[in-house]
Amino acid sequence: MGATVILLVILAILVVIALWIVGIFNGLVRLRNAVKNAWSQIDVQLKRRHDLIPNLVETAKGYMTHERETFEKITQARNLAQKASGPAEQGAAESGLSQALSNFFVVVENYPDLKANENFMQIQEELTSTENRIGFARQAYNDAVMVFNNKIEMFPSNIVAGMFNFTKSDFFEIEDAAEREVPKVSFS
Amino acid sequence: MFELIRQNKRRSLLLMGFMLLLLLGVGFAIGFAVVPASEPLDMGGATLYLPWGGLLGMGVAFLVWGVQALAAYSSGDRLLMAAAGAKKIQKQDHPRLFNVVEEMSIAAQLPKPPKVYIIEDMSLNAFAAGRDPNHAAVAVTAGLLSKLNRDQLQGVVAHEIAHIANRDVLFMTMAGIMVGSIIMLTEVFFRVMWYSNIGASRRYRSRRSSRDGEGAAKLILLVVALILAIVAPLLAQLLYFACSRQREYLADAGGAVYTRYPEGLASALETISGNPGDKKSVSKAMAPMYIVNPLEAGQRAISSLTSTHPPIEERVRILRSMGGGGSFADYAAAWNKVDGAGAARIPASALAQTAPVAARAANAQEPMAAITAAAAAPVGQASKTGVPTPSRRATPEATPRQRQRDTGDLLRRMNKFRFINCDCGIRIKLPPEYAKPKVKCVRCGKIHEVPRQP
Repeated sequence: MGATVILLVILAILVVIALWIVGIFNGLVRLRNAVKNAWSQIDVQLKRRHDLIPNLVETAKGYMTHERETFEKITQARNLAQKASGPAEQGAAESGLSQALSNFFVVVENYPDLKANENFMQIQEELTSTENRIGFARQAYNDAVMVFNNKIEMFPSNIVAGMFNFTKSDFFEIEDAAEREVPKVSFS
Repeated sequence: MFELIRQNKRRSLLLMGFMLLLLLGVGFAIGFAVVPASEPLDMGGATLYLPWGGLLGMGVAFLVWGVQALAAYSSGDRLLMAAAGAKKIQKQDHPRLFNVVEEMSIAAQLPKPPKVYIIEDMSLNAFAAGRDPNHAAVAVTAGLLSKLNRDQLQGVVAHEIAHIANRDVLFMTMAGIMVGSIIMLTEVFFRVMWYSNIGASRRYRSRRSSRDGEGAAKLILLVVALILAIVAPLLAQLLYFACSRQREYLADAGGAVYTRYPEGLASALETISGNPGDKKSVSKAMAPMYIVNPLEAGQRAISSLTSTHPPIEERVRILRSMGGGGSFADYAAAWNKVDGAGAARIPASALAQTAPVAARAANAQEPMAAITAAAAAPVGQASKTGVPTPSRRATPEATPRQRQRDTGDLLRRMNKFRFINCDCGIRIKLPPEYAKPKVKCVRCGKIHEVPRQP
């Protein structure tokens, strides 16, 4: 009689522990998926930027008749960014595109008619919003990584994370020191 | 954030349970007072009265709430938007607002951006509705669009998106309906009392007053019912307001975290409180859903029990005290500085899950300089510790005149104006009355086909 009661109590405790582990495990999986999803969001926004550039070039061409070189640079940088694979190559190509775009907008300063064009203003709004989106997507990715990593490191979820080999994710950071440097842009 | 949301859910359920009990209690008391109990039943020596009226009242109360709650759950955002006189807009109606909403839903990791509504009103306000992030909507007034710059608009939208991410919207809707049901029931009760005391209940009294003890008991119950009917709506409202205030602070914190730029929301709140427009068509039950209380605009400096929102000055002070930080921990610290007990109200789990992150710099004002300068800005700049904050390219800022023009265009579009973008860069705006098939551009003279009435 006494033995069965003790057995039942032990069984109940085991069940509770198992449920608790399942709960934490599911939480970890959810957070890991959030990290993955946040990462794919960055790609979605980068693609959005690539898609906008032909429109931009098309609209500006009518006004900027003597700037073929600038257009070529942008188109080239865009094609390069589209083809790039792997984080390192992609990062370099995207920052090349950013550079080409910023050069382009410096040149645009010389064309007040283009600046006042409704279509151009719309594309410009889309483009700048896309830059914001890329930034916010990266920020959201880092936020997701932060929550996930904390969960892996903190007690008691770190025990479950260790049991099932959850590994910490990396933050989004620009590795190359040269890229962090502010390129000189002159307004003359 | 998950922890924050889950805690919110738990607290919501607790509060809902309490309010439901209150509602059922009111229903029972009213029913009991109006309909007499059954004839005494003899049950094993004890005399028992079956409170038919009370049970009936409870049933009615539950039904009244249940029907409304179901309606709100299935189409809550549309109902609320219609009640506020908001109209849904498409992306081409106001691209900037749409982009800001989408940017903020990316930052908040919402599964999809909420629908966007415009309230044709020149006062400055905004609110969010919807039961979960998949069925959410944000509404802003036309006045807000024309008065705020992009950073400020971003702050306001981030605050509303935080409401959606924190699941405040579902809770406030459900709690609002609960308060409404309680008020409705008690009002019906007082009406019924008014008539039944003169008419119906005399009939019962003549039949049953043979036993004095029973009459006295009934009188006491009636008094209890009366007190409950008077106190319950007040209690429900106080609960509702207290939750509302708490959630406003959390949404402010969320707004600061998503934008990494607390100053945007701070200066937006300042601008809003400096422009007290009158929005008299707002119902009392909806007041807590706006970013600032539309019924108390520019009147109040201190927080009281009956305020739906914390005082704007305090919200601004907290946001400004974040000292270059952009995380929940920074907000909690700032709250502590401004108002002693503040940080205790942000769950520790939320604090633990966000590392200190740096806020970003303001967007430059000069349109083209901004885009070039910011494109050149480093990515992953100055973060204090922990999470690197990728910087964003600043947006070309629309001038106040351009904002006003955009808002005017938006209102025209909502009122069925048609727009033609001419190649010479001008935008032709045609009123709905314009019936001719072609129109000539005023600058370059090009003839355009007029699109059909949408």
